[in-house]
Amino acid sequence: MKRLLLVCGVLLLLPAWLQAEPVRIGSKQFTESVILGEVARISARDVGVDAVHERELGGTSILWSALQHGDIDVYAEYTGTITHELLKGVAPDADIATLRAKLKPLGIGITDSLGFNNTYAIGMRADRAAQLHIRRISDLLAQPGLRFGFSNEFMDRADGWPGLRQRYGLPQTQVRGLDHTLSYRAVASGAVDAIDLYSTDAEIPYYHLRTLEDDRHYFPRYEAVYLYRLSLEHSAPAVVTALRQLAGRIDEDAMRRMNARVKLQGIKDGVVAADFLGVRADADGVGFWSRLLQRSVEHVKLVVLSLGLAIVLAIPLGILAARLQRLGQVVLGLTGILQTVPSLAMFVFMIPLFGIGTWPAVAALFFYSLLPIVRNTYAGLVGIAPELRESAAALGLPPGVRLREVELPMAMRSILAGVKIAAVINVGTATLAALIGAGGYGQPILTGIRLDDIGLILEGAVPAALLALLVQGVFEGIERWLTPRGLRIEARL
Amino acid sequence: MPLPDRDCLPDTGATSRAAFAMEHVSKRYGSVLALDDISLAFAAGSTTALIGSSGSGKSTVLRLLLGLEWPDQGCVRVDGQVLERSAVLALRRRVGYLTQDGGLFPHLTALGNLALLPRHLGWNAQRIRQRAQELAALTHLSPAVLERYPAELSGGQRQRVALMRGLMLDPDALLLDEPLGALDPIVRHELQDELKIIFDQLGKTVIVVTHDLAEAVWFADRLVLVRGGAVVQDGRFEDLRDRPASAFVTHFVQAQRRLPERSP
Repeated sequence: MKRLLLVCGVLLLLPAWLQAEPVRIGSKQFTESVILGEVARISARDVGVDAVHERELGGTSILWSALQHGDIDVYAEYTGTITHELLKGVAPDADIATLRAKLKPLGIGITDSLGFNNTYAIGMRADRAAQLHIRRISDLLAQPGLRFGFSNEFMDRADGWPGLRQRYGLPQTQVRGLDHTLSYRAVASGAVDAIDLYSTDAEIPYYHLRTLEDDRHYFPRYEAVYLYRLSLEHSAPAVVTALRQLAGRIDEDAMRRMNARVKLQGIKDGVVAADFLGVRADADGVGFWSRLLQRSVEHVKLVVLSLGLAIVLAIPLGILAARLQRLGQVVLGLTGILQTVPSLAMFVFMIPLFGIGTWPAVAALFFYSLLPIVRNTYAGLVGIAPELRESAAALGLPPGVRLREVELPMAMRSILAGVKIAAVINVGTATLAALIGAGGYGQPILTGIRLDDIGLILEGAVPAALLALLVQGVFEGIERWLTPRGLRIEARL
Repeated sequence: MPLPDRDCLPDTGATSRAAFAMEHVSKRYGSVLALDDISLAFAAGSTTALIGSSGSGKSTVLRLLLGLEWPDQGCVRVDGQVLERSAVLALRRRVGYLTQDGGLFPHLTALGNLALLPRHLGWNAQRIRQRAQELAALTHLSPAVLERYPAELSGGQRQRVALMRGLMLDPDALLLDEPLGALDPIVRHELQDELKIIFDQLGKTVIVVTHDLAEAVWFADRLVLVRGGAVVQDGRFEDLRDRPASAFVTHFVQAQRRLPERSP
C-alpha cells in the first residue's frame, strides 16, 4: 500500500518535474537561425518560462531529428525546406495550413510565417555580372566556363543545385562545395564566379553582389516559421503563444538588418534579438576567463570520459586480439573501419542513438579512441620475445599471473603510447562536438567561422592546441612513471 | 590435438620408476619431424647429457618433459604418471629450467625475477630474500647484484641469476638447454666448474642439453647422442669412443679441435 502511494505520489509530481525542465531551443549553424533562436529564447524568458538555447547544432537533418526525438523543443525552419526535405509527398508550394496538418501526426507544430521569405538565390559580383550581361539565371547558359561555389548543403539537397541545373539546363562543370560563410569571400576575391545566397543575407549589399532573377521560378518559397513539439502546448503553453505572436512581425528588411548587425558589426546575437523585441538583453556577466573555464571543463570532460571508456574496453580487446589470432584480426579490422568514418559523420551517426549534447559526442570520440589503444596493446603483447613468454610459462606461473606480472608490464610502454595518441586525437576531434551541442573549444570556432571573426576562432583554437600539448606532456610523464625502470635501462643500451 | 595419453600403456616397470620417461614419442613441426619414435628414461638423481648437432631434436625433449609442447604420438611420464595438461603447472614448479639466453624478465630486477613465483605462492619478502642469499652463495654471485636489472648484468651473472630462479623452490630436477652456449670461453669454463659442483652437491635429476662433447663429458657420466630426432647411442663416453654404434658417432666424437702440443 505504501508503495502504491509512493508510485501515485511520483506520478503526481512527475508533471511538475517535467514542467521544471527548461524549454530547449535549437538553431542551425548560420547567423539568421541563431538570431531566431535567441528571439525565441528571449520571448520565452519574457513570459516567465526558463529556456535554453542550444546554438549552432548543425544542419537541417540534425535539428529535425533532435526535434523529433525531443532533444530540443523549438527551432526556426523554412517552409521550402519542410516541403522538400522533411515531409514526403507534399506539393512544393503547399501552404502553411497544409504543412500544419501533415506535421501534426508527427507531434510537431508550426507557427505562421514570421514575415519574411529567405529563399535561395544565385549571386554574382555586380561588376562581373554587368560585364557578362547576366541579370537572370538563364543568362548563365551562355557562360559555360563560369566557376560556381555552393554551400555543401545546397550541393546535396533536392531543391538545391541538382534541381536547379536540371530546370535551367546549366552547362557549368566547375562546381565546388564551400562553407556558406566562406563563399562570400570566395566570390568577392574572384576565386569563384557565382555562389548560392539566402535572400536575407547581410553580405549581399556589403560585398556589392547582384542576385540573379529566378526567371523559371525554380526556388520555392522559404517562409521562416518556428517548428515546435506539440507537447509544449501542455508543458509550456505560454511559450507557444509567444512564438505564435511573432508571426508576421519580422519582414525581410528587419531580418537583413539583424543579420548585418551581428555579422558585420559584431554585435552579440542576444543583444540584437533583445533590441528587436524591445526588451533588455541578458546581463553580459560572462567574462573571457569564466567562458574559457566553462569551455575547458566541457572539452576536458568529453576527452576524459571518452578516453576512460575506451581504455576500459580497448585494453581487454587488445589482449583478446593478441591471445586469439583469428579473432584478433577481426577486432583490428573492425576498429580500423571505425577509424575511417569521417569525424563529422561519426558525430552525426550518434544523434539517432544518443540524441544531442555530451553523450553522442563522448560516444563518437570513444569509437575514435579504440583503434590506437587496441592496436598498441596488441602490438605490445605480440612484440614480446617468444623466449620470454615461454620462460614465464616454464616457471610454472598460471596464465593470469603471466599476463599481469610479465606480459602487460613489458607491453606497458606500447599501450601507453596508444593511449597518448588517442588522447591527443580526441582533444582535436572534440572541437567538432560543438556541432551537436556538446560545447567545448569548438563552440567559439564555429561561431568565429560563421561570423568571420578570427579572434573568436583563436579563442577556441589556441586553448585546443595548448590542451593537446598539455595532454602530450602529461602522458609522457605518465609513461616515464609507469614504464618499468628495467625496460628504460634496456632501451638505453 | 591428440590426447597425450593416447598411446600410453599402463605401468611398464622400468620407465615407470624413472623421474622422467618418454615412450615412443614423435613430434612434428609442420613438415619437420623433430622427434621420431624416441624412447628415453632418466633415473631420479642422475645426470644425463643430451648431445647432438643443432636441429637434432635434443631441445624438443626438454620442452616435452615440461609440457611446453605435447607429443603427436607416444607418451611422456613424470614419476611414472602420464603427464596431463592439468598437472603441468605443478610439474613446472618442481623443475628448474634454464635456457641459453636465461629468459630473465627485463622489467624486473634480479631479485624481482627470483621473487616472481615464490611471491605468487605466498612467500613473504623476508623468506624470499633469505632464499636468494643462500642461492647467491651457492652460485658465487655477489648479493649486491640482486638489486640490478638484467640489462645491467654480465652474461655470466645473468645465467647465474637464471639458475637461481630455477632453484628458488628447491626443485627435484634441473633441465638445462645449452645453459652456457652464449658465454665467452673464460666465463663458460668458470661456470662449468660451478655447475658441476652444484649438480654433485644437490643430487637432483639433471638433464643438460649441449652440442659440446667436452662439456657433456665434464657434466655427466651418461651421454645420449641424438640425431634426426632419434637416439643414435646411449652410454658412457668410453662406449661412444670405443664401441661406436655407427660411423656418425665416430665422426661426432672426432669432430673436436685439438690444440697444438708444445714442441719438445
